[in-house]
Amino acid sequence: MRRLLVLGAGTAGTMVVNKLRRRLNRDQWRITVVEERDRHFYQPGFLFLPFRRYAPKQVSKPTERLLDDSVELIRGQIWQVDAAHDRVVLSDGCELPYDYLVIATGVRPRPDQTPGMLDGGQWRRSIFDFYTYDGAVALAPALDRFDGGRLVVHITDMPIKCPVAPLEFAFLADDFLRRRGLRDRVDLTYATPLPGAFTKPIAAARLGSMLDERKIAVEPDFLVERVDGHKLVSYDEREIPFDLLVTVPLNVGAEFVARSGLGDELNLVPVDRHTLLATGYDNIFALGDANDIPTSKAGSVAHFAAEVFTANFVEHAAGRPMTGSFDGHANCFVESGHGKGLLIDFNYDTEPLPGTYPVPGLGPFRLLRETAVNHWGKLAFRWMYWHLLLPGRPVPLPAHMSMAGKNRPEE
Amino acid sequence: MPVTTIDGHRIHVDEEGFLTSYDEWSPELAERLAAQIGVTLTDAHWKALTFLRQDYARQGETATLRRVSTQGGIPVKELFTLFPKKPAKKMAYIAGLPKPHGCV
Repeated sequence: MRRLLVLGAGTAGTMVVNKLRRRLNRDQWRITVVEERDRHFYQPGFLFLPFRRYAPKQVSKPTERLLDDSVELIRGQIWQVDAAHDRVVLSDGCELPYDYLVIATGVRPRPDQTPGMLDGGQWRRSIFDFYTYDGAVALAPALDRFDGGRLVVHITDMPIKCPVAPLEFAFLADDFLRRRGLRDRVDLTYATPLPGAFTKPIAAARLGSMLDERKIAVEPDFLVERVDGHKLVSYDEREIPFDLLVTVPLNVGAEFVARSGLGDELNLVPVDRHTLLATGYDNIFALGDANDIPTSKAGSVAHFAAEVFTANFVEHAAGRPMTGSFDGHANCFVESGHGKGLLIDFNYDTEPLPGTYPVPGLGPFRLLRETAVNHWGKLAFRWMYWHLLLPGRPVPLPAHMSMAGKNRPEE
Repeated sequence: MPVTTIDGHRIHVDEEGFLTSYDEWSPELAERLAAQIGVTLTDAHWKALTFLRQDYARQGETATLRRVSTQGGIPVKELFTLFPKKPAKKMAYIAGLPKPHGCV
């Protein structure tokens, strides 16, 4: 019996075990997944919790129910990967041998890594994150109470899960404040370590005006050194005061990755960007946010990468060369408030371009343009996530990015 | 890809002036590039630049500030002092490496 061990039953881990369970012979392969938590979260839904557009029960399900019945689920905390002996050690001392290992333990926000953020007395009082379930839920009453002043949306450092989510938060906050008649009493600032809210030129040109129109001030190249009471202080000694801070803390991979000597400075596993095989290993892959590929940390990337990985894995395990090559394909709905949204579609080599998706000329989604259909697409995606993507069912979207339907604006 | 000439050496650069060919860089060229953006190179600068060059050769990506700090042993605060305002971009420019890229 050959053993495939998957660490993490988040978006990537769940999709991969369910997909591979259909592809690998049940008499020959035992598939085990290790997960600490008993609930699986639909993380894109966290964006809507602070604004009470989603109820908490809409964004989580029991982990066990999402896995194929013949996949073994072990509830446990991972202590270390002992790659030299092909085994994983859990915190309770239990040892799990493997023939092939998939690390899909993602990244998590670490407010403790910025002095004053977690330990300054303001965490979950005037400083919130919305990348965790608890954070997003706690932010809802804080927004209800907020009746004016300085609202700062902030990114600590890159990379982060879903790089567009902070922008979406800023757009939705603007919409929320307008609906409540408070917008004139609020200074809304978007502080980013990047040179601008968007960095790819065409998206920046098309979308930069959206922040201006909403009178959202952008503070670019802002790399926070510390939080000092109600102020963000950058390494170059700029200060941004806030009454309410919605921050995206540093995103870091799991501790066991570092402990196992498998990670970089952010505990991300270096991999071949086309096959996701961990650098220096022949039987360890890292999928989803846990790896260091230079594209967005987003569920769509996990999905497209998992499609390529699944076929590759079957070849690899059979001793054949992997013929699939992941291209870094990502697509993200960008909720822009007022019942509209944008869609962006891109990969390692091609920046987000205007056009239509997925059917050239027809869409129904518009790339880099605000439409109500895009907004409905984003909302419909939650159903797709629970019922198609996680169970590993075929989705009629090509894993590789296509140029059909895209056009490059004239210089 | 544009080509520019500095001190009689023809070098390939991108639209923003970042070198696109690793081997066209030299320490002398670094001095000139640094001068262009108002930086006078000291031993402390060279420690960062040397780490950046060596790390790029291994990783194939320009190191982030956090990587220079944790792996190269130079605190982020110091990098801001050495290469004021935009240290990641300025270091990459002087070290003859691609500009660190964003993802949106």
